[in-house]
Amino acid sequence: MTIDAAIPRAPAPAILPGSGGMRGALSDLFWRRPKFLLALMLLPPVLWLGIVYIGSLFALLAQSFFSIDEFSGLINREFTLKTYGDLFQAANLDIILRTVTMAALVTLASAIIAFPIAYYAARYARGRWKALFYLGVMLPLWSSYLVKIYAWKLILAKEGILTWLLANLNLLWLLDGWLSLPIVGGNSLSVSFTGTFIVFVYVWLPFMILPVQAALERVPGNLVEASSDLGASPGQTFRNVLFPLALPGIVAGSIFTFSLTLGDYIIPQIIGTSRLFIGQAVYSQQGTAGNIPLAAAFTVVPIVIMGFYLWGAKRMGAFDAL
Amino acid sequence: MRSDRGQRAPLGLKIAAACGLLFLHLPILLIFVYAFTTEEKSFVWPPPGLTTQWFAVTWNRPDVWDALSLSVRVAAISTAIALVLGTLCAAAVSQTRFFGREAISLLVILPIALPGIITGIALRSAFALADIPFSFWTIVLGHATFCVVVVYNNAVARFRRTSGSMIEASMDLGADGFQTFRHVVLPNIATALLAGGMLAFALSFDEVIVTTFTAGQQQTVPIWMLEELIRPRQRPVTNVVAMVVVLVTLLPILFAYYLTRDGDQIAGSGK
Repeated sequence: MTIDAAIPRAPAPAILPGSGGMRGALSDLFWRRPKFLLALMLLPPVLWLGIVYIGSLFALLAQSFFSIDEFSGLINREFTLKTYGDLFQAANLDIILRTVTMAALVTLASAIIAFPIAYYAARYARGRWKALFYLGVMLPLWSSYLVKIYAWKLILAKEGILTWLLANLNLLWLLDGWLSLPIVGGNSLSVSFTGTFIVFVYVWLPFMILPVQAALERVPGNLVEASSDLGASPGQTFRNVLFPLALPGIVAGSIFTFSLTLGDYIIPQIIGTSRLFIGQAVYSQQGTAGNIPLAAAFTVVPIVIMGFYLWGAKRMGAFDAL
Repeated sequence: MRSDRGQRAPLGLKIAAACGLLFLHLPILLIFVYAFTTEEKSFVWPPPGLTTQWFAVTWNRPDVWDALSLSVRVAAISTAIALVLGTLCAAAVSQTRFFGREAISLLVILPIALPGIITGIALRSAFALADIPFSFWTIVLGHATFCVVVVYNNAVARFRRTSGSMIEASMDLGADGFQTFRHVVLPNIATALLAGGMLAFALSFDEVIVTTFTAGQQQTVPIWMLEELIRPRQRPVTNVVAMVVVLVTLLPILFAYYLTRDGDQIAGSGK
């Protein structure tokens, strides 16, 4: 046996030949210049979002500096701050104040209802129950927005299920008493601020549960036990240990509940009174009134409020809980 | 040993959590009952009788079918666009660090972080300024923009768990860039993309706020429902459509959850 036979005549090259052609050249180029590949990957999404989205936002912002000619109803394309001045008319300030109050109340109520669900899911639910809680929050979050509103129309209507339930419990006087109250009442719950409030809380609640649960997952259970070992009552433990640790999660959730309430125009239109919210004002200004500059100026209000809100939330560390 | 296992929750907490979950679910279940009611004019409870005739009536309504067909086409095209853009963006952001990386993530999330009415009116005023007439594509333009974030969130979570050394190994073994993508990257992120796509489809199928600004006279299913809510014409048909919409959005969500259940737990958190 010779050495010659042990070594194959034509050894396979250590480096495979390139695949050649256009495809090989491109592949090599991507490998040698990763920056080029990166730019190529970023180009389509950045172009799309930059042109379609940021472009439209600027178009909107620009229009808020135009004004409308009150006699002809035509839009005057010259720079002016007059439209922003209109925003401070009593009627418009009323709308802004009403919307912000509603957003704050909705946020508060969602936080109170969300906390027990989030706490139970984070601390006590295990295995199958944990998955059940997760789906239990996810399914309502993703169910159709309009169907949810429609369901509440069915519940709150004068002849609906809530009236029937209260009548059977002999509690109808309670409902009538509430409806006869000045601001929160109305003809029936489906045409009152109370109804608007309930539906807002219902629709945005899952957005509060998820970040609060995420924040509570990170609280070690022995911290709570240590607190009670040291003699704190459950109330004291909640105030001094749990609540401060959950706060970033609550603030993170409130970003959603607050922002979504500020911008919504469908819920107060279907379940609510004839008094407008910011979203409805924007919608009617751009639609029936044809006053796009004022509508644009109105949308700047939630953007500015949310800007301050996000700035405050960031300082409280809410973004780590998202 | 951790001491927080196997503890019993206080009764008050259990009741509060259970009531909260019931509050979230009962209204949706109610839709299923109303789809069978014999009452035509009002929302009376309890239903005076049960019937299935409204399913047949709804089946024979051309306007419902038109709206459904438009919604499905818009959702399909928007999902396809969002899948491409979202995956590209996620790959770029998670595989490399570069200047402006944070700005890119903010840009993707912005359309869903700002209230929908702002996105809607911004698009409408841009269409007006550029003299673009409303069409199928104006709806798609809006939907794809906010669907990108859902795909992006799912893909980023998966890329984070996929080790970069697999790609290097593939290259070392002689695969070129395209082969690596086809045989290594794609199988790894496929389920995350499928989940993201499902959610994007559900999101687009259900969207109403942006759509009212970009649709003109066209009717998607949510716009059809909104019309019925503001000016009710035939309540039983609305009830049936509402039930179908719940089922159509429910299935993709459950399937997306099933696909991403171990690990990412991110499927829906981007909405």
